[in-house]
Amino acid sequence: MKDRVKELRKQSLEAENRLHHERAMLVTRFYRDELPSYEPVPVQRALALKYILENKEIYIGHNELIVGERGPSPKATPTYPEISLHSLDDLDILDSRPKVSFTVSEETRNAYKETIIPFWKGKTNRDKLMSLMSPAWIRAYEAGVYTEFQEQRAPGHTVLGKKLWEKGMLDLIAECDDVLARIENDDSPHTNEKIDQLRAMKIAASALITYAERHAEKLEKLASAEKDKRRKDELKEMARICRTVPANAPSGFHEALQHYWFIHLGVITELNPWDSFNPGRLDQHLMPFYSSGKIDKEKARELLHCFWIKFNNHPAPPKMGVTAQESNTYTDFALINTGGVKEDGSDAVNEMTYLILEVIKEMRLLQPSSMVQVSKKNPDRFIHKALDIIRTGFGQPSVFNTDAIIQELLRQGKSIEDARNGGASGCVEAGAFGTESYILTGYFNLTKILEICLNNGYDKRTKHQVGPKTGEAGSFSSFEELIGAFGKQIKYFADVKMEGNKKIEHLYATQLPVPFLSLLIDDCISNARDYNAGGARYNTSYIQGVGLGSVTDSLTSLRYHVFDKKSISMEGMLEALDRNFSGYEEFREELVYKTPKYGNDDDYADRQAVDTFNMFFGAVDAIPNHRGGTFRINMLPTTCHIYFGAVTGATPDGRKSGIPLSEGISPVQGADSNSPTAVLKSAAKIDHIKTGGTLLNQKFTPSFFDDEESYSKLTSLIRSYFRMDGHHIQFNVISAATLRKAQKHPEKYRDLIVRVAGYSDYFNDLGEDLQNEIILRTEHGEE
Amino acid sequence: MRSLNGHRHEITETVGKWYSADEVMEVILKDRLFYEESGGGVTFSGGEPMLQEEFLKEMLQLCKHNEIQTAVDTSGSVETEVFKAVSGKADLLLYDIKTSDEAVHIENTGSDNKLILKNLEWVKENGPDVIIRIPVIPGVNNNNEEMQRIRDILVTLRKRVKRVDLLPYHRLGRQKFENLGMTRRAGIKGEITSVEIKGFMEVFSQGGFPVKKGG
Repeated sequence: MKDRVKELRKQSLEAENRLHHERAMLVTRFYRDELPSYEPVPVQRALALKYILENKEIYIGHNELIVGERGPSPKATPTYPEISLHSLDDLDILDSRPKVSFTVSEETRNAYKETIIPFWKGKTNRDKLMSLMSPAWIRAYEAGVYTEFQEQRAPGHTVLGKKLWEKGMLDLIAECDDVLARIENDDSPHTNEKIDQLRAMKIAASALITYAERHAEKLEKLASAEKDKRRKDELKEMARICRTVPANAPSGFHEALQHYWFIHLGVITELNPWDSFNPGRLDQHLMPFYSSGKIDKEKARELLHCFWIKFNNHPAPPKMGVTAQESNTYTDFALINTGGVKEDGSDAVNEMTYLILEVIKEMRLLQPSSMVQVSKKNPDRFIHKALDIIRTGFGQPSVFNTDAIIQELLRQGKSIEDARNGGASGCVEAGAFGTESYILTGYFNLTKILEICLNNGYDKRTKHQVGPKTGEAGSFSSFEELIGAFGKQIKYFADVKMEGNKKIEHLYATQLPVPFLSLLIDDCISNARDYNAGGARYNTSYIQGVGLGSVTDSLTSLRYHVFDKKSISMEGMLEALDRNFSGYEEFREELVYKTPKYGNDDDYADRQAVDTFNMFFGAVDAIPNHRGGTFRINMLPTTCHIYFGAVTGATPDGRKSGIPLSEGISPVQGADSNSPTAVLKSAAKIDHIKTGGTLLNQKFTPSFFDDEESYSKLTSLIRSYFRMDGHHIQFNVISAATLRKAQKHPEKYRDLIVRVAGYSDYFNDLGEDLQNEIILRTEHGEE
Repeated sequence: MRSLNGHRHEITETVGKWYSADEVMEVILKDRLFYEESGGGVTFSGGEPMLQEEFLKEMLQLCKHNEIQTAVDTSGSVETEVFKAVSGKADLLLYDIKTSDEAVHIENTGSDNKLILKNLEWVKENGPDVIIRIPVIPGVNNNNEEMQRIRDILVTLRKRVKRVDLLPYHRLGRQKFENLGMTRRAGIKGEITSVEIKGFMEVFSQGGFPVKKGG
């Protein structure tokens, strides 16, 4: 690692996470003083972006090679008051909360108090959104049945495809002009609307060029003042690059990285899309700029190092309330994809793949996240190189099944080429890169729904009838009747959630279009329609199921004890749950230790996982959304299994009230007592191809990687799971003893990164309950 | 049994369960895909699995029928007729050799090593392939001379020996002894260092055998 990189990396690691008012102030000034009220909303939004990019501070760090910060300096994180407004209390909480905190300066607080809050109070998108939701939606939301992603963050969740590595903003403006010329004389009632959309896109494209030129100007000034000859030349070259890209397509390696970085900043400045943005198949995109000796390998490595640091400088925007709980992390989920297959279906692993894997290992940073796409066509060496990094125990890269992803996307109706150009983003979400708007709408608490079902639609925590009356649990004469009632509850809540989401999609389409993001994703330009309004080629809305292990074990326990063995009546079981097992300690031991559990390749237990999955799938899949696409499901939790556990009472699997639920499709923590292969067999019983992603966590202690044969064993474990159509698997490699020490002496373990669920995080930044859960997981692996 | 709060309970735990050959086969077949991907199979171990001759033969037969590779982990200290009957049906033997020295063998295991060496002789002529496993025990066989003598035996059946595994003595069985209410047998003191193991590995690799620590 070059000294320059060491210095920049250290700076990035040590930079304080701050909430900064710069963007909020600029956007407030724009709407207060500069808003052309005669312009349509898309143009207003484009002008707002232009205003920010023309007026924000330009930061160029000492010895940087890739330039551009979303805030005035690294980790100075903006807010988006047009989406949701932080109150002064929120700022105090953010400033003082022990985990994932953001320092708020006196200056920022004053800006909020005097300017930002007075202007936006009652006028944010969040205010409008909440006022549109039905009483049924609100009751279920408050009961903890589901969350809503778009409450504090904009839809986004998309990935750059090939196009933008071959085109510049000027090319996109020309494309817009072509479409304008084509539709100008159309008689369609939508023609004016379309013209406005394209005008807005052109303004946004020009705004990014201006932003890059402002960097060039500053670089030129720095160059003329620079004494050191080498740095002077560097600064001049960087200025030249900023005058070339993103206006034009990049031609060199350095240009390509800077080009992407400006585009990335454009997306995350325009709004705060959930899952920032993502260069996607980076090894494929960069290879043309690297192959046949276009750049020296070490120079390329240094530039990649600098590129990595840029991601790490950009924490996820400060989240509050339920949103903070469901995704409690600084990570903003830019997931770098490597490997997989090319558009023609052939093995895509190349020299750049291996260089990127080395960079991941060398940088050892929280951001960006990284993954390997493993197809049956990829060589084992590729997996071995990934294991080389995984064994170092910072949770990256995660491992994905390309062949499953392609099948998933094909099932949803994508073309084979678009499917092969796709991959996974965020935690584990499958998508067609560059052509799809796939918006995650919120987590769905399957375990809570079972609890509500057992109480005939009533939620004991919020004391409301939140679901339909599907019968007193004691009245069910068979397990099948119970499953039938549970299915009705799932369907009801899925419908309520989807009705809400259709309104939310409409709200974003009309009030908060994203002309800049629309430039990037096909076919928004040729459709002359916004990304948020269904302009993309594919438009998918996902609901993420949470707690599959917990709900499965709860159902299995009811089937086993109440209906099959008849060792306790339903009333008796409900009584034990009501009392949170107080006075039922022995019974609880039986539930935990003497009851069949998901994760052991036991069909008796796994059948309930398949049933639940199929009911959830049936309730959601293929229902039309508001953008001309459909709703789909995936199975991932981020950190929401903690929040969902907190709002769910005691469950029939012996879990006490408030304890976290199982994560992803992993078994309940500690319930898999058989073997890693049994976990994979159980997890593969649900049909992954019908999802847009599932998340499976396997924990291994470092000792699993000591032995020479371990790589080939783990490789065959991965290949076996993928042969069963498993979508994703991730490994956590850390000893429990280390974690305990880190909990006691956080100061000594500042760089300790662990895999949480679909992403990695600093152990120190996790809440104590989540820390404990990870310790429990790890110990389990050591037994 | 460990309870929820980590305290031990004063109850007896039944370990083990009766299985028929077909039932065992059902469990084995569940993981077929993993054997195929890894090139692995099933290992029958014990105790001494050859003491359950009929059951073991039936299992080996069933595995062969289902195209699943088999290995038998044996001490070799089994009547030769039984040994032949079982070994003839297995794809691989994991064969323990503790020492070449009869007296040392008697002193530490209570029986001589005549059968072990005789059965190995049979393997030389008839197969199957073997992986030789040598537990390296402080004060018993942890010296170069002993390792060289074992190597000299192996040289006589070179083409059958696929690998030599050196298993350093460890104390992980402590908990089991306690659970069974037994105090640990005295006599073995000290540890095997990794430097020591490296030296012994050298003995076998110089003899042209692939060798591995652990296994």
